[in-house]
Amino acid sequence: MEPLSWSGEIGLLLNPILLAAVVVFMAAFVVNIALSLGGMRPGEMVINADHSLTLRRGPVDYSLMTMRYAVLVVLLVFIGHIIGGVVLNDPQRSGIIGAMAARLTPVWIGLVVLFALSISFKRRLGLYGKLFDSPIGMTGFGLVMFWVFAAVFVQSIAPHGPIDVISQMRNELPGSVLPAPREGQYVYYLLGGDNLGRCVFSRMIYGAFEVLKIAPLATLFAFMVGITLGVPAGYFGGKLDIGVTFLANLVLAFPVILLFYLLVTPEIVAAGIPNYLSMVLFLFPILFLVILFNSRYRTQPGLRNIIVAICVGVGGIAYMSLISDASDPDLPRLFRLWPKALDLFDVPGNLLIVFVSVVFVNSPTVFRIVRGMVLDIKTRDYVAAAQTRGEGPWYIMLWEILPNARGPLIVDFCLRIGYTTILLGTLGFFGLGVSPESPDWGSTINEGRRLLTIYPHPALPPALALMSLVLGLNLLADGLREESLKD
Amino acid sequence: MAFFILRRFGVMILTALCLTFVVFFLTNLAPNLEKLAKTQGNARMSDAEVISWLDRNGYGGPLVMRYGEWLGVVPGWVRYDELAQEWRGRCFEKGGSPEDAPRYCGLLQGDLGHSTVSDDEVANIIGGRLALTGVLMFWAFAVIVPSALLVGVLAGMREGSRTDRVLSTFSIGTTATPEYVSGVIFIVLLASSQTGISPLLVQWGWLESGTLFLGSARSAMDGPNFWNFTLPVMTIAFYGMGYIARMTRASMAEVMTAQYIRTARLKGVSFRNIVLKHALRNALIAPFTVIMLQFPWLLTGVVIVETLFNYNGFGWTLVQAASNNDIELLLACSVVAVFVVLVTQLISDIGYVYLNPRIRIS
Repeated sequence: MEPLSWSGEIGLLLNPILLAAVVVFMAAFVVNIALSLGGMRPGEMVINADHSLTLRRGPVDYSLMTMRYAVLVVLLVFIGHIIGGVVLNDPQRSGIIGAMAARLTPVWIGLVVLFALSISFKRRLGLYGKLFDSPIGMTGFGLVMFWVFAAVFVQSIAPHGPIDVISQMRNELPGSVLPAPREGQYVYYLLGGDNLGRCVFSRMIYGAFEVLKIAPLATLFAFMVGITLGVPAGYFGGKLDIGVTFLANLVLAFPVILLFYLLVTPEIVAAGIPNYLSMVLFLFPILFLVILFNSRYRTQPGLRNIIVAICVGVGGIAYMSLISDASDPDLPRLFRLWPKALDLFDVPGNLLIVFVSVVFVNSPTVFRIVRGMVLDIKTRDYVAAAQTRGEGPWYIMLWEILPNARGPLIVDFCLRIGYTTILLGTLGFFGLGVSPESPDWGSTINEGRRLLTIYPHPALPPALALMSLVLGLNLLADGLREESLKD
Repeated sequence: MAFFILRRFGVMILTALCLTFVVFFLTNLAPNLEKLAKTQGNARMSDAEVISWLDRNGYGGPLVMRYGEWLGVVPGWVRYDELAQEWRGRCFEKGGSPEDAPRYCGLLQGDLGHSTVSDDEVANIIGGRLALTGVLMFWAFAVIVPSALLVGVLAGMREGSRTDRVLSTFSIGTTATPEYVSGVIFIVLLASSQTGISPLLVQWGWLESGTLFLGSARSAMDGPNFWNFTLPVMTIAFYGMGYIARMTRASMAEVMTAQYIRTARLKGVSFRNIVLKHALRNALIAPFTVIMLQFPWLLTGVVIVETLFNYNGFGWTLVQAASNNDIELLLACSVVAVFVVLVTQLISDIGYVYLNPRIRIS
C-alpha cells in the first residue's frame, strides 16, 4: 500500500479552490489596507427623501466583502474535507485529512447534535443559550466541545493505543503504512510516528483525555477553596481578612515554576507532602457544601439534618478514599488508617501531587477575585434587607451575595480552565509529576522538541491541540462576558 | 506616603522571610538530604551512615537553626571532625581553622553558599547567569511593551470597531499560546532546514543556505545578534504581550467613554489629538501596574524558553539546580526569584499611587 497524501482525491478538487480563496483573501487584504491608509472610509448610511435608509458601498466595503467571502470559502473547503472523508471512508482516496475526519466521526455527530439542539432552544436556555448569539462565543464553545467529545470517545477515535510501540515506525512521516499490520489493526499512522514509534495522532487524542481529566476538576476544586475562604474574608473583614490575604499573597509571590519544581518532585512525594496538602485542600469542598445547605435549611431541621448527613457521609467517604491509600507502605501512618473495605479508589501519588499543586496555585487568585466582588456586593441594598430580616451571616454570604457574583465567576472559571491546561502542559514539558510514557500534551511536546528541526511532526500536533483548546476556552469566556454584560 | 511605603516594605520583608523559609524547608526535607548524602558520599550508604554524613557536614541540627545559619543571623556551625582530624565548618574551606573565619556567613553577609554539583561558589555561578537572563529580559520587554501598548491603544480607541475585533482576537490568541507551543511553532516555521519557510527561501535564492533564524540560542550567550536571538525573544514576547494588550484596551476603552473626552470631541478636537493628547496619558496608568506585575510571569516564560533554546541563563540554572538536587544553588535561585517578584509588586503599588492622583493615601 502507498503512504497517504495529505488531501487525497478530494484535494484534487478542493485544493485549487482553497488556493484561489487564500490568494483572493490576501489580495483583498492588501487592497483594504492600502485604501484605508489612503484615507478611504467604509460607506455610510444615507437617509433618503422617503425616510428609508440606503447603505452606500465604497471600494473599502467591497474589499471587506471579498475577504469575508474568501474566509467563507476556506471554511466550506474545510467542511468539504470532513464530509468527503466521512462519506468516502477510504484513507487511500480521502488522504490524511479525510482519514482523520473519518476517525473523528463521533465528534462531528456530537457537535452537530449539540449545536442543533442548543440553537433551536436557545431562548429557553438562559446564559448558555445567549452564547449562541455571539459568533466568538460559539466558535470558542465549538472548539472546547470538539476536544471534550474527542476525550469522551477516545476509545473509538484513536486508531492505536497511547503506548503501542511499533519500532519500524520510528519517526515515520504522516500517512505511513504499518509494516506488518495484524488483522483488524488500523494500517496507517495518520500523523506519523514519534521517536519511539508510537502513533502521534492517537497520542494527541489520548492527551486530550489526560488533560480534560484533570483541568476542569482541579479548577472546580480551586474555586471551592477560593470561595470558601474569599466570601467570609470579604464579608467579615478584620483580622480574618488580613490573615488570609497575607497567606494568599504569599502563594502568589511564589514564581509558579519554582513552586512546581519544589512541590512536584519524587522526594516531596516520598515525604508525603501531597497527602498532607490534599488533606487540607480537599476538606474545603465538603465544608463548603455543609455550610451551604446548613445555612439554607436551618429553619427546617429535619430536611437540614438529612441533607447535611448525606453531604458529610458521601463527601467523607470520598475524602477518606482520596487521601488514604492503605496499600502504599511508604506513606506516613496517618494515611493508612482508613479501612481497606471502605477505600473506594486510590489515586497514584504522581497524579495527586499534580492535581494538588494546580489547585494550590489557582486558589489564591480565585480568592482575590471572590473577595473583591464580595467587598463590592455587600454594600448593596438587598444585603442590607437580608440583614434587617435577621438572616444569619452565612446565609447572606452564600445565598444572597454569591449568586449575584456568578457572572464574573463563570467567565473566570472558563479562563482558569485554560490557564490550568497551560500549567499542566508546563508540568509535562518539564517532565514533572507525569509518568514518562504519559500521552499528555506537555510531555509529548517535550519529547518531540529534541528532533524538532528534522522531524517536526511529533511535536506539532500536541502543540496545536493545546493551543486550540486554550483558545477555545478563552473565546468562550470572552463570548460569555460579552453576552452577560448585554442585559 | 512615607508611612505607606514603610508599611509595604515591612510586609515585603515578612513575606520574603516566610517564602525563603518555605523554600528552605522544602529543599531540606529528609529525602532530599538523603539523596544529597548518597550523591556526595557513597551511593550505597546505610541509613546510619547517611545520618552520620549529614551530621558531619552540618545538615544535622534543627531546621530553624540551619535556616538561621543560612540567613546569617545564627553563627555558622563549627565542629572538629574526629575521622579526618581537622576542623570543619560552614564559614571556611575544608582544612581551614575556625579562628580565621567569620562567625556568621549567610545571605545577609552576602555568602550564598557552595554549589555541590558544579563545585563552585553559588555567587560566582549566579552572577553571570543573571546577566545573561537580563539581556534576554531586556529585549523581551523592548518588544513587549511598545507592541502591546500599540495593539491595546489601537483596539481600545474605537471599541467594537473592526480593528478592535481583529486585534482583540489576536491578543486572545497570544494569551492562548504558551511559550512551549509558540516556541515549537516558531522553530518549525522559521528555524528548520526541512520545513517552514527557510527551504523555500533557499530555493528562491533569497537565502544563502541554512535557516532564516537559529533554533538554538547557545551562541547568543557570547554575542546575541538578530540571527540567534530573535526566536527566544519572540517566543517570550508573544505570550507576554497578549495580557498587557488586553488590559491596555480595557483601560483605553474606559477612558474613551469619559466625560472630558466627550467635551473635547464636542469642542471639535480632531480624533488624532483626542487620542494622543487627552486619552493616552490616562489610559496608560493601569497598564503600568500590569507591566510590572508581568515580571513574575515572565520568570516562568524565561525558564521555559531558556530550556527550549538551550540558553544557559538563570532559568536554565534553576531547572538544573532543581533536577540535580543542588540545594544551595536552588535556594539562591529562589531568593532571586522571590526578590524580583516582591520588588516589582512594591514598585507597581507605589507607582500606581504616584501616577494616579485620585488615590491619596491618608
